[in-house]
Amino acid sequence: MDEKRRNFLKITGACVLGVSLLPALKVSAAKKVTEEKGPTYKAHPKALHGKRWAMVVDVKRCQEQNKKGECRKCIEACHSLHNVPTIPNEKEIKWIWKDNFEHSFPGTAHEYVPEDFHEGPFILLCNHCSNPACVRVCPTKATFQRADGIVMMDHHRCIGCRYCMAGCPFGARSFNWRDPKLYLTQLNYDYPIRRRGVVEKCTFCDERLGEGLLPACVEACPAKALIFGDLDDPSSEVRRILSKRLSLRRKLEVGTQPNVYYLV
Amino acid sequence: MFDRVFTKSGDDFKKLLKLLSVFIGLGFICYLFQYYRGLGITGMSRDVSWGLYIAQFTFLVGVAASAVMVVLPYYLHNFKAFGRITILGEFLAIAAVSMCLLFIIVDLGMPHRLFNVLRYPTPNSILFWDMVVLNGYLLLNILIGWNVLDAERMGVAPPKWVKPLIYVSIPWAVSIHTVTAFLYAGLPGRHFWLTAIMAARFLASAFSSGPALLILLALFIKKRTKFDPGEEAIQALAKIVTYALIISVFFVLLELFTAYYSQVPGHTNHFNYLLFGLHGHAELVPWTWLSNILAVVALALLINPNTRKQEKTLKIACFATFFSLWIEKGITLVITGFIPNTFETITRYIPTIPEVFITLGVWSAGFFILAVLYKIAVSIKEELGA
Repeated sequence: MDEKRRNFLKITGACVLGVSLLPALKVSAAKKVTEEKGPTYKAHPKALHGKRWAMVVDVKRCQEQNKKGECRKCIEACHSLHNVPTIPNEKEIKWIWKDNFEHSFPGTAHEYVPEDFHEGPFILLCNHCSNPACVRVCPTKATFQRADGIVMMDHHRCIGCRYCMAGCPFGARSFNWRDPKLYLTQLNYDYPIRRRGVVEKCTFCDERLGEGLLPACVEACPAKALIFGDLDDPSSEVRRILSKRLSLRRKLEVGTQPNVYYLV
Repeated sequence: MFDRVFTKSGDDFKKLLKLLSVFIGLGFICYLFQYYRGLGITGMSRDVSWGLYIAQFTFLVGVAASAVMVVLPYYLHNFKAFGRITILGEFLAIAAVSMCLLFIIVDLGMPHRLFNVLRYPTPNSILFWDMVVLNGYLLLNILIGWNVLDAERMGVAPPKWVKPLIYVSIPWAVSIHTVTAFLYAGLPGRHFWLTAIMAARFLASAFSSGPALLILLALFIKKRTKFDPGEEAIQALAKIVTYALIISVFFVLLELFTAYYSQVPGHTNHFNYLLFGLHGHAELVPWTWLSNILAVVALALLINPNTRKQEKTLKIACFATFFSLWIEKGITLVITGFIPNTFETITRYIPTIPEVFITLGVWSAGFFILAVLYKIAVSIKEELGA
């Protein structure tokens, strides 16, 4: 009886070991196949390449456009393209939005700041910091930085711990507290909808850059107040403007090195 | 040894377990609701993205870490009086860490992806290290507590491999609360948490709230069972609570000095919100002052040797200590980090009813574990004493 039991345990053990090793064997086999075939993914021929993508916001132009009637073109373009739901309370989700000077640059505003400047609007979005705190704190690498500086979200890896939200000093991240589909009236089938339980944010339209297009907000702005380019390229438009006009960045004192500049 | 839970328990104990089960059940039902509807059913928001769950977790890590306050004197300094209650400290740690882990799980937006933390280990994230130290501490206490108790029951010395684990568990206990403090203390732009003294503050408050709870539990056991943890042990613990609470209050005063003498708005804003209210928002002001008053009452009762030595006043002091620090860690510290938010505006946070029930459910689960473990320990101690 005991002998039988020992044999049973031996066989079961071997089976369990075999089954658990199987995935590893499969992976190594799969590796061989792809090595033989070479890469299956090729970049779009027109894809834009940069070393440090940045955005310059010309606040004056934005203000002028805004005065002609409340302008929300950049926000609408971004949010409709990326299936960002409109949730009317503090559980909102936003990739790009407007706020006044005081909230955008806390501690910088004073009572003698020109009135129209005080009001803004300042276009706020993820700063794609060179030293992003959100990437540092994420426990699963669901938030990561690409070589070109874009801070990305892997919505399939995010566990929804919201540590990145605590880490971001700019309030640039939103969490899907509820199913976003409930708050979407129109869907863009070319871009995925997130599920509830994950964090999301602006990605500088990485999917458009890959096809040689500028970010949707830049393209949609009627006043050309948003300028996008590669800071590493001395001949780029962003470098030209920054060397000519004085610009501000948000919360420099916290050391994350934001890559969104505000011309004043 | 688990059989003792069924064979040795009286009617009152069974009633207690039933009551806790009811709360666990209610919490679980609310959790199912949260699981199907998302964390949207809680009072958390884009601005206050951590709430009651993470705050409870933060407080309970302290309770767990406090076991070291009985383990260290007993094993390193051979303080014999703690021999009788070491197991109570270790089992309290097991229950507290279990609650911590449950609170983290109920707070996740994607709980089924929990193991992504293991699948993609990320050493630059403090949350990764918190997961490592918390689970390690749980395992250490289960191994140590269980084996030492089992050996005691058999009347033999514990296995040799347990000793090194005990020594490892001492710095490990410090590490769990230090790492948890680092979750907060290293974030740019969150001025309330961005303070080097955070880990020290966490340890000081832990070493008073945890032993305070242990005293209350020991007194309860003394009253309800034949096992007496011993007057000397309780009094020694009371002194630990006293000194730790003095240091804890001192550390808070240091924070207040830095904020109010420097008058840097980023620092004062949060304390203003806590103590006096800010821009017409004063949700936490009553809590803060209740916590302050309880701390003062506790200090008065603990510092005076006469009141510390009397069981009745000691009990009040321990209740006051525990609730004062529960408010501080379990309510105000975490939430105030987000208020005012990164835009210097205020978003209120009020927990919802399901959120409160889930929280109660996790607490009940912890006390269920604690009750079962204490039943086993106490029944063995009773047997040996008899």
